[in-house]
Amino acid sequence: MLVLFGATLRALPKVFRYRRNLAEQLFEIGNASLFMACVLSLFIGGVLSLQAGPLLTQRGLGSLLGGLVGASLARELGPVMMSILIAGRIGSAMAAELGSMRVYQEIDALRTLNIDPVEYLVLPRVVAISVALPCLLVFSLLIGCAGGAFVAAFNTDVAVSAAAFFNNLKTTLEPRDIIHGLIKTFLFAVTVGVVCCNQGLDTLGGPRGIGRSVTKAVVNSIVFILVLDYVITRMLLPFTKASMAGGF
Amino acid sequence: MTSAKIAESGVAIRVRQLRKSFGSQVVLDGVDLDIQPGEIFVLMGPSGSGKSVLLRHLIGLETADSGEILLNDTRIEDEGVRDRFRLAMVFQSGGLLNSLTVGENVGLYLSEHRLKPATEIERIVQEKLALVHLGPKDSLKYPSELSGGMKKRVAIARALVMEPQVVLYDEPTSELDPLVAVTVGREIVRANAMTRATTLVVTHDRDLAFGIANRIAFLSEGRIVAVGTPEAIRASQDPLILRFLSADFTRD
Repeated sequence: MLVLFGATLRALPKVFRYRRNLAEQLFEIGNASLFMACVLSLFIGGVLSLQAGPLLTQRGLGSLLGGLVGASLARELGPVMMSILIAGRIGSAMAAELGSMRVYQEIDALRTLNIDPVEYLVLPRVVAISVALPCLLVFSLLIGCAGGAFVAAFNTDVAVSAAAFFNNLKTTLEPRDIIHGLIKTFLFAVTVGVVCCNQGLDTLGGPRGIGRSVTKAVVNSIVFILVLDYVITRMLLPFTKASMAGGF
Repeated sequence: MTSAKIAESGVAIRVRQLRKSFGSQVVLDGVDLDIQPGEIFVLMGPSGSGKSVLLRHLIGLETADSGEILLNDTRIEDEGVRDRFRLAMVFQSGGLLNSLTVGENVGLYLSEHRLKPATEIERIVQEKLALVHLGPKDSLKYPSELSGGMKKRVAIARALVMEPQVVLYDEPTSELDPLVAVTVGREIVRANAMTRATTLVVTHDRDLAFGIANRIAFLSEGRIVAVGTPEAIRASQDPLILRFLSADFTRD
């Protein structure tokens, strides 16, 4: 996997050559994931409000709900949930497609045409997922906050107005929180792309081999996302502590 | 290509003591072969004898445990060999990229290596497709819309686009009915006559082997058992060859 990551990095300057493949992959990821990302974010934001809202309201802290939902979505839930969604939705498709190309000799055919499969197949996929996933995070943040505000305003146990929700969100959420989330999401995206492409290229056997590769790609991606999440959070924590103290 | 260049285009292939094992299984056990420039050389033998593995070594998809392969006295592993000698392969499954149309598949080598402008690539693609009896309408189809025989013909057209000096065919008539198999066999002979490329065909199809070969080698359990003209192989008294050639389905 590290070898594939290195080869993809080395091929990065040639990405413009493969702009057609890149555009196809970007469309594929956006088209396939945007609706699911919106639904997921809407309900995560809503559930956060539903869980935390009554507890804060009972203690007279209901006005802090917007910041709590926003910060949770930006720093943690948005990046992790979007990356897991993408690993399941796009990563599995990447592993299946490359696995099938391996099994049915398409990758061998590329090699015989002196076309590097890493440049032609892996590079556009890894770059596309690394660009698309942070964009999805921004969408997810907007929709998630809207979901949180909706539940806060219309659930009688929470009863925080949308204006109060967004006012607190505005004062609490700082650009560094969003940057924290974007850095995480970008690193998760690169990981998902490389892990899934690597599994696809390593596929052996027939249709059963493809099935095994897809399962391994998704499971390994999720494990890597969770481990990386802890490591990156530890590394970025000193930079976000100030905003956490100030907001709450 | 001028006729003088065509005559020069084939490459001599020499295989010396090639050995390859996958785990404890010996697949190639000291293979020696001499293939002349421009000839159609058929590697025949039963399933699992190591024919396709040998072909994959020639195109650089496998690395031998020991031994060497020489193209006009240059080792195949040497730097720049793939640039000096154009080697094309027609895979058993065709190996066409399912996400590309027939035309895009055939022109892939030229477009990815930026060898010609788009209009010129289009012209060459149509020319090569016409050589294998496919028309402009076929170039817009996707591989999933093609029959097995058409896929093989598209794969041959894709190989011809490279103006190859060596063309390798892996089981070109597998999964084809006898009529289509004959057509594919004729395409191989026509392609060889046009390009004068050294042509190596791996098959267990006896009719194809005797129909198209200048020479035949018989491979069994990773070893070359015999090499000769079709007539010499047919007259061979080697028990392995006799059994292979006389195998027939008869009811008890």
